[in-house]
Amino acid sequence: MKIKSILFFSTIMVGLLWSCQPKHGGRNLGESSSDAASKVYVAPGQMDEFYAFLSGGFSGQVSVYGLPSGRLLKVIPVFSVDAEKGYGFNEETKPLLQTSFGFVSWDDAHHPELSQTAGIPDGRWLFINGNNTPRIARLDLTTFETAEIIEIPNSGGNHSSPFTTENTEYVVAGTRFSVPFPQKDVPIGSFKENFKGVLSFISVNPETGKMEIAFQILLPAFSYDLAHSGKGKSHGWTFFTSYNTEQANTLMEANASQYDKDFIAAVNWKKAEEYVKAGKAREMPASYFHNVYEDKTHMATSEEKKTVKVLIPSECPDMVYFLPTPKSPHGVDIDPTGEYIVGAGKLSADMAVHSFTKMLKAIENKSFETTIEGIPVIKYEDVLAGMVISGGLGPLHTEFDDKGNAYTTFFISSEVVKWKVGSWEVLDRIPCYYSVGHLMIPGGDSKKPFGKYMLALNKITKDRYLPTGPELNQAAQLYDISGDKMQLLLDFPTIGEPHYGQGIPAELIKPKSKQFFLLSENNHPYVAKSEAETKVVREGNVVRVYMTAIRSHFAPDNIEGIRVGDKVYFHLTNLEQDWDVPHGFAIQSSRNAELLIMPGQTETLLWEPDRPGVFPFYCTDFCSALHQEMQGYVRVSAKGSDVPLKWSTGATE
Amino acid sequence: MVLAAIMLIFLFLFPIWKITLVAPQYPGGIAMYIWINKITGDTPGTLQNINILNHYVGMKFIVPDSIPELKYFPFVIAGMGVLAIFFAILNKRWLFLTWGILFVVLGILGVYDFHLWEYDYGHNLSPTAPIKVPGMAYQPPLFGTKMLLNFKASSYPNWGSLFYGLSMLMGFLAFFTGKRKSTL
Repeated sequence: MKIKSILFFSTIMVGLLWSCQPKHGGRNLGESSSDAASKVYVAPGQMDEFYAFLSGGFSGQVSVYGLPSGRLLKVIPVFSVDAEKGYGFNEETKPLLQTSFGFVSWDDAHHPELSQTAGIPDGRWLFINGNNTPRIARLDLTTFETAEIIEIPNSGGNHSSPFTTENTEYVVAGTRFSVPFPQKDVPIGSFKENFKGVLSFISVNPETGKMEIAFQILLPAFSYDLAHSGKGKSHGWTFFTSYNTEQANTLMEANASQYDKDFIAAVNWKKAEEYVKAGKAREMPASYFHNVYEDKTHMATSEEKKTVKVLIPSECPDMVYFLPTPKSPHGVDIDPTGEYIVGAGKLSADMAVHSFTKMLKAIENKSFETTIEGIPVIKYEDVLAGMVISGGLGPLHTEFDDKGNAYTTFFISSEVVKWKVGSWEVLDRIPCYYSVGHLMIPGGDSKKPFGKYMLALNKITKDRYLPTGPELNQAAQLYDISGDKMQLLLDFPTIGEPHYGQGIPAELIKPKSKQFFLLSENNHPYVAKSEAETKVVREGNVVRVYMTAIRSHFAPDNIEGIRVGDKVYFHLTNLEQDWDVPHGFAIQSSRNAELLIMPGQTETLLWEPDRPGVFPFYCTDFCSALHQEMQGYVRVSAKGSDVPLKWSTGATE
Repeated sequence: MVLAAIMLIFLFLFPIWKITLVAPQYPGGIAMYIWINKITGDTPGTLQNINILNHYVGMKFIVPDSIPELKYFPFVIAGMGVLAIFFAILNKRWLFLTWGILFVVLGILGVYDFHLWEYDYGHNLSPTAPIKVPGMAYQPPLFGTKMLLNFKASSYPNWGSLFYGLSMLMGFLAFFTGKRKSTL
């Protein structure tokens, strides 16, 4: 009896204790008021107010969304091959992915940046950096295609890039992983002696957009993490954050986080231009590729460059300064007036904001605490304008609205904090789901933010959508920032990892969007501008098929006399001159990809048949009511066969 | 009478007739313009696009170079212009009337000719056409709107016709307001 009561009471006690433990779970959805739906609803047939260009991160591409609907409009292949569009598979786009390491089929795309005129996004081009094999790409916003890729020599991890200057005079490229300069076989432990961090300034031709490495600046081997160019009063300067000023080369998560402060490198690029003009730059040997795609030839060409101009700060005074900034600063963002330089110490709670005016004054007064490799380090207190006491943890990036407010993401506390520029007062905060990285306000890093919306680009997704196994989409969240309080409107999944984004009013791009290419302007060397010009030509074991596609047939659609071991180039011209009539092309056993040819364009597929037989080819893009009939055959004979070369369309024997 | 001749200049600057095709896939429509001397579209590719659509039902390709009227109509109109000026110099009312009547007859003949071409394109179909609808012809209306399979085809006079009409009006006006003394 006694034992029974003890057992009974024990059970009750355990039960009570169980019920006392804190409840976990209970999802906080962050849902906002009921009018959110109407704010993001874009009725069928209606169009979005803004284009948003998001980086695809490790997909290597750029995705284009409409805002506020969050509808995916296009994925533009940039640094990675894309079998869907034949990008990097067809002969015309292969040269775009050429590097000094040969053909590179993948990269990690981080920061899209719109070209600017007078500090305002102009909708002409979009630049984006490739981080892994350092490169910068330029996308043409009339075609929404990659127009140019330039490789950056003497760099490792091109992260602080491209971040344009006010009139797109330059886009920049900084080294996140310092490497031996010049690249050579040395012990990793010789980091401090042999390694350097190079900042590159790539000039952009104001008419054509064509890029050229104007000069590089040789800096100490720190990790140059992010950048932004000055605007307004700070036009002429570009600012780069750095971490690992400890110059560690192993277990960086601890060893690169030891110093209380790292630096923002302030580069006076107008001064650098003067030094280049004065012949102060050293012409150094290098090897890097410059690849340009031309709309008229529908073809990219590659050129290897052999030298680069390098400026050394100890030989060029007044060109670079270091601004001490707390705790491994990540983002460096300049307010629309160009006065404030926000350095987000990613391991701290508070943010240091520097003043451009104070910086100039400190330089004038030579208020330096020390000099590193010829670069003066300005006294922290002489450049600091104020601190944002955020109450959050892990600030990363800041964008600005049109009302004098700033918005900073906090990765660790998973939120966006809104604060007042100048008074540093925190005005509002709102959670993100989860762990926000970059954020984007249309025009939010320019002189004239368009405001209205803020897009949080989150790193962690967890339970926000239906689960899809271990690998989940990454996610963006749209907030209304037109009022005093931020309001969450919408979640939508993204491709790859959206690092940074750019937003621009649709009207600045939409009217210039191309509908098709004029056949009369097609200067492709293997074009067939009409069916009368189609032919098959053999040169040794190279066979060139000058082929056309028009609704709903190929010409020729019967080809004989191909032999095993031939290299067959299908040069396919889409003769259509109407909007949205692409034709596709695929042939059985092709170890390549398909072609997807826009009206008026010519693209080339290399096919290497390895066995005799008759192989069908067909149109892959549903083009018309008779799309299924848009097909043909290639007869492949054995090596050395004497089947004559013959081609036809519509001929009956 | 000189005004009538001036109006004719505009005939070379504006299309006479416009045929518009609208379908679900062509929300903005495809428009073809018939001029005194050429056939054009909204874009350089329009005629090709119409021909591509037409070939499904076996219609002949519209090739402006193969339509002789486009070559000699300009001379007829120019001739009428010269005649108008010549008559204006002679300044005889009965000449104005003759010119007006001749011009009306020419207009009727022109429209009839246009109808013949439309009939030919609409009925003279290839026997190997991919789409054959028994009893279906694809002649667009001369004036008005008609459904041709999925296309709503509209055909109406354009600015050129207005100037043709004005020219005609000027001719007759010259006749009615001309000095009675110098008549018949």
